[in-house]
Amino acid sequence: MTDQAFHRQQAELLPQQPAPATTVGIVGWARTNLFSSWSNSVVTLIAIYILWLVISSFVQWAFIDADVSGTDRFACTSDGACWAWIDQRIQQFLYGFYPAGETWRINIAFVLLFPALAPWMFENVPGARYLRWFSIAYPVIATILLAGGLGLTVVTTDKFGGFMLNLTVGLAGIVLSLPFGIILALGRQSRLPVIRILSIVFIESVRGVPLITLLFVSNIILPIFLPPDVALDSVVRVIVMVTAFASAYMAEVIRGGLQAIPNGQYEAAQAMGLSYWKSMRLIILPQALKISIPGVVNTFIGLFKDTTLVIIIGLFDILGIANAMVSNPDWLGLSSETYVVVALFFFIVCFSMSRYSVHLERKLDTTKR
Amino acid sequence: MKYTAITSAAVVAAAMWIAGGTVGGAHAATLDDVKSAGELKCGINTGLPGFAFTDDKGNWIGFDVAYCRALAAAVLGNPDKVKYVNLTGKNRFPALASGEIDVLSRNTTWTFSRDVDLGFTFVGVSYYDGQGFLGRTALGIKSAKELDGASVCIQTGTTTELNLADFFRANNMKYEPVPIETNEEARKAYVAERCDVYTTDASGLAATKTTFPDADNHMVFPEIISKEPLGPLVRQGDDRWADVARWTLNVLINAEELGLTQANVAKMAIKGKNPEINRMLGSEGSLGEKLGLSNTWAVDIIKAGGNYSEIFERYLGKNTALGLARGQNALYKDGGILYAPPIR
Repeated sequence: MTDQAFHRQQAELLPQQPAPATTVGIVGWARTNLFSSWSNSVVTLIAIYILWLVISSFVQWAFIDADVSGTDRFACTSDGACWAWIDQRIQQFLYGFYPAGETWRINIAFVLLFPALAPWMFENVPGARYLRWFSIAYPVIATILLAGGLGLTVVTTDKFGGFMLNLTVGLAGIVLSLPFGIILALGRQSRLPVIRILSIVFIESVRGVPLITLLFVSNIILPIFLPPDVALDSVVRVIVMVTAFASAYMAEVIRGGLQAIPNGQYEAAQAMGLSYWKSMRLIILPQALKISIPGVVNTFIGLFKDTTLVIIIGLFDILGIANAMVSNPDWLGLSSETYVVVALFFFIVCFSMSRYSVHLERKLDTTKR
Repeated sequence: MKYTAITSAAVVAAAMWIAGGTVGGAHAATLDDVKSAGELKCGINTGLPGFAFTDDKGNWIGFDVAYCRALAAAVLGNPDKVKYVNLTGKNRFPALASGEIDVLSRNTTWTFSRDVDLGFTFVGVSYYDGQGFLGRTALGIKSAKELDGASVCIQTGTTTELNLADFFRANNMKYEPVPIETNEEARKAYVAERCDVYTTDASGLAATKTTFPDADNHMVFPEIISKEPLGPLVRQGDDRWADVARWTLNVLINAEELGLTQANVAKMAIKGKNPEINRMLGSEGSLGEKLGLSNTWAVDIIKAGGNYSEIFERYLGKNTALGLARGQNALYKDGGILYAPPIR
């Protein structure tokens, strides 16, 4: 047999052809995802129609027909939204009743938040070692900036309000509830009966009542037991109660993660001669926390939205400010406009948290794909 | 606005019981407490058009707030020395019972059970309100008695709900309630025509009506189906403090009757011919000192925000967005029922 080629040989590669126009780009995407079958096309068209109805009328209301200037609602003469209040009231929506001359302190505290969070949230942050020290000092810096002291005018916390109050309570609750939650979760699994029982009692009793009740108790019932001259700051009270509440939920989320770790891992850690804390820190918790990320972030988002409940004890978060504003006869009846703005603020924060959690899950994903 | 929740009563009862058991009458001398704290803790609404709302600077203003300022002026000589505690319908009574606030000025209806069961003392009536109906003129009816079979938007958990049931039963009519959680939602439901009429206090209806672009197509029916006397209240058992709170309100009303205003009170405080004014403003006798206040207490009250009429017109009256008429809240000599005992 001669080495005759079985099939015709091509001296050169064929030039690459672009994929057919119907399978790439927007057209291709639409064909595979939206119009792949007859029924799919019908559903797509109906959905587009409904979206068009909703979005077009929203755009009409919020932008095209809207009034944007004026000093009271009577200046809004068209049918659409009345945004005139933003000009007058945005200060209150952001800073509450904080003295107008001092709001720069809130801005600085907010800007400093990013370098404080960055080294914990992302890898490869330049100067992360020093930034970590900074973030440990951040709570003290922020407290002084917000409440005053060291030469800054003292601002009592009943002046706190608006979105700044949501952020303060939400962030403090988030930062505090994670470590407390981990401790409670470990405590609940502890072999020491006193610690275990205390953890269970705390988790079950806090989880068993609504947050509103906790806030109510902290505000109305607690002062009755305390001596008359001890006045607990109401923002501190809220942070304590929100943290306690979120910690109990956090503990259960993390316990779920702990229980998902196979027993072999615990035994392997013991076989290596690691102490309890070392085995937790190096072996168990890194795996358990990774599994728990969706649940943890879920709790964070819930906690952040729960900060609107502070109205129950007379603090005015952004939602409370919105309600107080529409009680002004000059701005009566603008609840839709204010709720849209409040929703936007919450969406930005909650959506960022959720995207970050997705990013974290991807980064930590060690399973083979 | 007028929650009758049993839970509220229970919490108050618990708060009173615990307060009585542990700190035993620590609040017995509220006047001294306020003086030594240098500030009055006044409970107000979290936001009610005309009665308690914020201005562009973030200050609380309104009809109920003006009373707080008057009381602070009487006790401390300075109307700005008030710490406002914003309270919802649910936590206002526990807040007063526990001593979180010194006085509650939050459009609260004076009823038997609140006065007797909950253990508070109402110091007077600052605003006579009553429940009414708001409907479209297109319904073609002129009176609430023609509402047989109508659907009614109503806020749940308030005395309004009970009054409504009473009214329709007494007039042998049927109705379909559309229960809604908050006033603002009820307003929206009415605008969206989910109900034929909307019912709440007449002052609230007037405020609501001003938010409609087509206000002329709506009308408030003439029937007022309930009595809602609103006024400030204090804890029971501290008569001295109740006296201070009561006579502060009476000074505001008497000042209108005597023609004392924010502008002219300083001039009138110099001893003049009218002995009634002299006694009240302290140029004759020592009525203020008998209350445990300074002798210029009434001058301070009127300087703070003017007399009753000035306060009313500033926050509720014809020139405000609410545009309420004095109606029942006019002085007795002007055809209303506002009547304060003499200061002598």
